[in-house]
Amino acid sequence: MAAEKRYDAVIIGGGHNGLVTAAYLARAGKRVLVLERRHLVGGSAVTEEIVPGFKFSALSYVVSLLRPEIIRDLELPRHGLELLPLESTMTPMPNGDYLVRWADHDLTRRELYRHSPRDAEAYDDFGKLMFHLAFAMKSILGIVPPNPTSLNPKDLLSLLKLGKHYLGLPAEQFYALCKLMTMSAADFLDEWFETEPLKATMSASGVIGTFLGVRSPGTAYVLLHHYMGEIDGVFRAWGFARGGTGAVSESIAAAAREFGVEVRTEATVAQVLAKNNRAVGVALDDGEEIHARVVVSGVDPKLTFLKMVDPQHLPTDFLHAIRRFKIRGSSGKVNLALGELPNFTCLPGVGPHLRGAISISPSLEYMERAYDDAKYGNFSRRPYMDIIIPSMIDPGMAPPGKHVMSIFVQWAPFELNGGWNDEQREAFGNAVVDTLAEFAPNLKNAIIHRHVVTPWDMQEEYGLTQGNIFHGELSLHQLFFMRPVHRWADYRTPLKHLYQCGSGTHPGGGITGASGRLAALNILKDW
Amino acid sequence: MLRGTPFHERTAPLCQAQNWRRWAGYLAASSYELTHDREYYAIRSAAALIDVSPLYKYVIRGSDAVRFLNRVLTRDVAGCDMHQVMYGPWCNEAGKVIDDGTLQRLGEESFRLTSAEPNLRWLCDNAFGLRVTIEDDSDTTAALALQGPTSREILNNVSDADLDSLKYFRLAFARAGNIPVTITRTGYTGDLGYEIWADAQQAIRLWDILMDGGRSYGITPSGIYALDVARVEAGLLLIGVDYIPANRALIEARKSSPFELGLGWAVRLEKGFVGQEALLEEWQRGPAWQFKGLELDWNSLEKVYAEFGLPPELPMIAWRTSVPVYAGAAQVGYATSGCWSPTLKKYIALAHLRSAHAERGTSVEMEVTVEHRRKKAAARVVDLPFFDPERKRS
Repeated sequence: MAAEKRYDAVIIGGGHNGLVTAAYLARAGKRVLVLERRHLVGGSAVTEEIVPGFKFSALSYVVSLLRPEIIRDLELPRHGLELLPLESTMTPMPNGDYLVRWADHDLTRRELYRHSPRDAEAYDDFGKLMFHLAFAMKSILGIVPPNPTSLNPKDLLSLLKLGKHYLGLPAEQFYALCKLMTMSAADFLDEWFETEPLKATMSASGVIGTFLGVRSPGTAYVLLHHYMGEIDGVFRAWGFARGGTGAVSESIAAAAREFGVEVRTEATVAQVLAKNNRAVGVALDDGEEIHARVVVSGVDPKLTFLKMVDPQHLPTDFLHAIRRFKIRGSSGKVNLALGELPNFTCLPGVGPHLRGAISISPSLEYMERAYDDAKYGNFSRRPYMDIIIPSMIDPGMAPPGKHVMSIFVQWAPFELNGGWNDEQREAFGNAVVDTLAEFAPNLKNAIIHRHVVTPWDMQEEYGLTQGNIFHGELSLHQLFFMRPVHRWADYRTPLKHLYQCGSGTHPGGGITGASGRLAALNILKDW
Repeated sequence: MLRGTPFHERTAPLCQAQNWRRWAGYLAASSYELTHDREYYAIRSAAALIDVSPLYKYVIRGSDAVRFLNRVLTRDVAGCDMHQVMYGPWCNEAGKVIDDGTLQRLGEESFRLTSAEPNLRWLCDNAFGLRVTIEDDSDTTAALALQGPTSREILNNVSDADLDSLKYFRLAFARAGNIPVTITRTGYTGDLGYEIWADAQQAIRLWDILMDGGRSYGITPSGIYALDVARVEAGLLLIGVDYIPANRALIEARKSSPFELGLGWAVRLEKGFVGQEALLEEWQRGPAWQFKGLELDWNSLEKVYAEFGLPPELPMIAWRTSVPVYAGAAQVGYATSGCWSPTLKKYIALAHLRSAHAERGTSVEMEVTVEHRRKKAAARVVDLPFFDPERKRS
């Protein structure tokens, strides 16, 4: 047998977090191997040319939360990361009107004023409050969650610091935070605004990636999570990566390779190998065994602990908690190759509104009804959609004159009545296109190709258990020191030398890379 | 696109410099001519016509109007006579200034309030339970400032108002041509001047009437550059430049009380209003900051520039940045606006100074950047306004 290569660390899954962990470990001088099941790295952050000439950000499609320290540490701009601004959000309304929030404050104010003079002013006050709260909460994004029930001095100190931080907030902010933690997104926004399309569009941030509706308590907090996006030091900025979301993963992979990381694609991990209660490597589905001092899983907690680790290595209560971890998929994705741009009845023609996000969220009631369908096992007949047209921002995404459209769709339950099949996938795609065509009637004729991704496809093709885009719902009971389960929120696992670095760990959700970075730092601490 | 004001059709062709800027979401000319000198001198020696339509304007009506405004403003609105105009700030509960503006008493139960920032939500929140209506007529009311020594004659010629008897900070309802207007004897220049308020639909005709009637009196359309120099000479605050509105400030240190802005005279402490408790406390212990004038010492300025073989380079356009002010090595404040005063022949600045260094006559130093280096020039603390001509009130 050829001299077996020995690695310091083997990473399961070449998603963006796995790549970040790999890069940080290699930067510290470790020999790292990343194993990716698919033919390309990126996990949910991939660009795929599904029809020749048309590049799709197949799943994840916008960037905001990617931690600035990762961009700096890994020198991602040098490795090809270019973030282009996504400047506006348009919400078409059923009455033929629209609401657009522009990058320019005066324009946005005038537009909001058209709908509600009071909301135009409330919007600034709300933005200021969220700025403060996001600034206050941001500090927890960058730390390893302490264990609140532990008597370990390090945990106690960390908790004490946090406690002081939050009790030190000005009263207005402290109480707002309490409300965010307990209220529904709809109720919280109702306290501030009266314009339905504004409230509905903002409320969407509270439910993305959760199996909850905008009227479900606790969703207000997730609003804040989305306010923590930051580009170039500017909070709340959302961007689009040139070349699609896959370009983010590619830039991290390039940085990782430069540090010496080896990346193997089409290498499917079947099992985590353990000996004497510690992980010693992985076995691939073709039987190949790869040994390493530590194993780091970038895939979700259910997949990691219920599929890859022999239960005899894990405590019963831990397994029980992992089984209870909520990971219900609630969204789908429809990617369209278009022969021409959509022509919105409310704002006809080609204009700057097509360079930003387009949100199908006319009212809170619309949002809640879309959820009602899902609650009882159906996809929304008239779904909430968050749409961008990447080719308007980066012309390289489609052939000249042609376009690609990325449609994020909620709700689509993983547990569909009757189960997902080809017929249901088509029906789901039809519901999306039919609803959107109500606002942009030329859409149907413009479609060259339709790529529909259901939660089932997300699980089968992309390895996301139940199709949950965040590796576990972003609801309060699954955040911070409870992510994925209490006591094991510090990237360690009950199986020694097995770590987690995926979105199922703190802080999770979106392309942040924070989980991957914090995991790497903790792994190195244990080394 | 930003909006043009109701006068845009007239001001656009006049704006040779094409140096538009934004003001409250509207286009405003920085200057009409290529240099703003003549526009400034029109304010002090003839009459300047300035489009001030971007101001926010609210009409408040109802049997509780006085009660409501007395609750919001720091001035004693109950003591506001019919057809009187009052200038003053309003504060949040912590006694920090949200905005400042003028209040016109149009009738027994009706007022017009102007402000620099949108205030509709704040006003509505404070009007809860009171018998008042608040109408935002910012877009539907056009406003012009006619400022300068010949402004009275022009208005006497084009309107039926008796301007000779219209006192400082009073208003009159009149007709100009046959356009109904409100004329207030107010302005942002510290000179003899008026502001004219009319229905936006009549704006173009109003402009033409004033320009025609003013031709023999040197009427000159003037932009923001000219206005800015004049308002610094007059010691008048500019929101967002000289202070940050309390509801926009991200940190406490950025907020100011009326006492800290030299507006203590406009605070009537016993009457009951939003922020009174905090202001009473501050008044008792004395404000930490004061808003004062600085006059730069010419000889010191000359010396600083002479080091580099240069004569003093003077800011003919007012600057709007924060410039440190020192007493010895310690920074004791910061200037927020400054310019060369063509009328006073002095380099002047508006500054926030710690109270211990704010006494009139105190010697301080202001930072001056010469040839990329930070230097200090001697300055003297003076009371505001710098320029206060007899004709302003007479």
